[in-house]
Amino acid sequence: MADRRFKPETLAIHAGQIPDAATGARALPIYQTTSFVFDNADHAASLFNLQTFGNVYSRLSNPTVAVLEERVAALEGGRAALASASGMAAEAMALLTLLQSGDHVVAAGALYGGSVSMLAVNLARLGIETTFVDGASIDAFAAAMRPSTRAVFAESLGNPSLAVLDIAAVADVARAHGVPLIVDNTVPSPFLCNPIRFGADIVVHSATKYLGGHGTTLAGVMVESGRFPWDNGKFPGMIEPSKGYHGVKFFETFGDFGFTMRARMETLRVYGAALAPTSAWQILQGIETLPLRMERHCANALAVARFLQSHPRVGWVNYPGLDDHPGHALVARQMREVGGAPGASGLLAFGVKGGLAAGVRFIEAAQLMSHLANIGDTRTLVIHPASTTHRQLDEAQQLAAGVPQDMVRISVGLEHVDDILWDIDQALAASA
Amino acid sequence: MADDIATLRRILRTSRTIAVVGLSAEWHRPSYFAAKYMQEHGYRVVPVNPRYPEILGERCHATLATIDAPVDIVDVFRRTEDVMPIAEQAIAIGAKCLWQQIGVKNEAAAALAAGAGLDVVMDHCVKIEHARLFGGLNWAGVNTGVISARRAV
Repeated sequence: MADRRFKPETLAIHAGQIPDAATGARALPIYQTTSFVFDNADHAASLFNLQTFGNVYSRLSNPTVAVLEERVAALEGGRAALASASGMAAEAMALLTLLQSGDHVVAAGALYGGSVSMLAVNLARLGIETTFVDGASIDAFAAAMRPSTRAVFAESLGNPSLAVLDIAAVADVARAHGVPLIVDNTVPSPFLCNPIRFGADIVVHSATKYLGGHGTTLAGVMVESGRFPWDNGKFPGMIEPSKGYHGVKFFETFGDFGFTMRARMETLRVYGAALAPTSAWQILQGIETLPLRMERHCANALAVARFLQSHPRVGWVNYPGLDDHPGHALVARQMREVGGAPGASGLLAFGVKGGLAAGVRFIEAAQLMSHLANIGDTRTLVIHPASTTHRQLDEAQQLAAGVPQDMVRISVGLEHVDDILWDIDQALAASA
Repeated sequence: MADDIATLRRILRTSRTIAVVGLSAEWHRPSYFAAKYMQEHGYRVVPVNPRYPEILGERCHATLATIDAPVDIVDVFRRTEDVMPIAEQAIAIGAKCLWQQIGVKNEAAAALAAGAGLDVVMDHCVKIEHARLFGGLNWAGVNTGVISARRAV
């Protein structure tokens, strides 16, 4: 009998965790331990040689963290995953495993600021150069590719730009050059979009956002598709004996999860960005309700976007779930349908009439919307980038970064939509 | 071709002796990884490789034909084009399963063995499938596909 293909609502609750073998505990135990005993010297040797699977030290692997890894891999339709201490750490684990000095990266321009810093500053200091291109132009990706290019990096749904990536088209460019496409899928979450389905090779998440959903816990996950041909001549570190892990040939030995094993044994083990078991447990509590929450985030955000469109104090609205958004057709193709409309997640941006001063007044008048710099919380979050995250830039630089002075970003939460609309309306009235 | 969880579990549960054709004596080779793992999980491994006298404490055989004990699984670490005679021998010695490892995909040999009543598995690693279905692979963050409300057994 063919194995059942379980749906995401089921995977979000079950994937990676069966009742505890020792105790029968139905909920996931927290294995709060740094280390694991060896049965004998031969067992220890087999574990260190990776000849048997098992746990040695929680900087490498931990049974609670492993459930988070498998669950996100399952939700993404990937082969394997590696968790780490934050979304930035997950991105670093993927890039530092893949790249070395002299390599080149092609990245979409309007990325999350932390990702821009990692590529343009931190990796540049290690001799890894990045070319940033217009993420909407497939030709720009293709034109930027060099013989030394070893990765293409982009976001499925940009934060805060809300640009929608044509994943399949960019994956074609990467594949033609024999390099993996890495997609940051934080904003849609794996419930709304699975980039691997459209040709991505590696997916990274800040699990801090929608996966956890409660705004309490930092975590990141990197997922490998299992489909990339690492023996194509461009990735000797995947096929030659590992200098970092006593001669193991990762692709030959582990096949379609070789990249994850290498990231675990060479990169996570050495840089130490391991996720705490309690943090993994808290993120997993959130993931159990991810499908329900994302449906409500999408419905509330669409209602907010439509309300803003018709509001006299609003100059413009940027939400990919609206029919007139330039990325709307891509959202319809790449993202799950929610309530008869393409699920475009809970993030939107709009312009308050009256510019910088009106934007500041709007934020200060909010009553239940929280003024902070996170996204993907149950609570509705609001920020005015020109007076906060981007305040060190002048107006021209802000515009170049996609942050006009009147822009307000909202991460629409799970409160009753009438209450969210009420708060927006009264804050808009106060912004005049 | 077996690749569903119930059939793979049955094959691995009911088998005890695995003849590993093309087993290397070098510790870092995938065949050695797999055989050592299966030995540690209670299976008897019978190496089939004319180049060595002994691997993993077991006497090597030049061919399947000289093995003097019943063989459950014939596990093939050879090139796809070399599998057919191995399948014929597996049938001749009464093996119960012809298992072709990752990257080994001889459809004709699989069809021959299936026609003779053997279970056939292709393009899978016996170690990875065992760890996937009986525990271990989940600790490496791999998507095992196992969904169950029963304890691991």
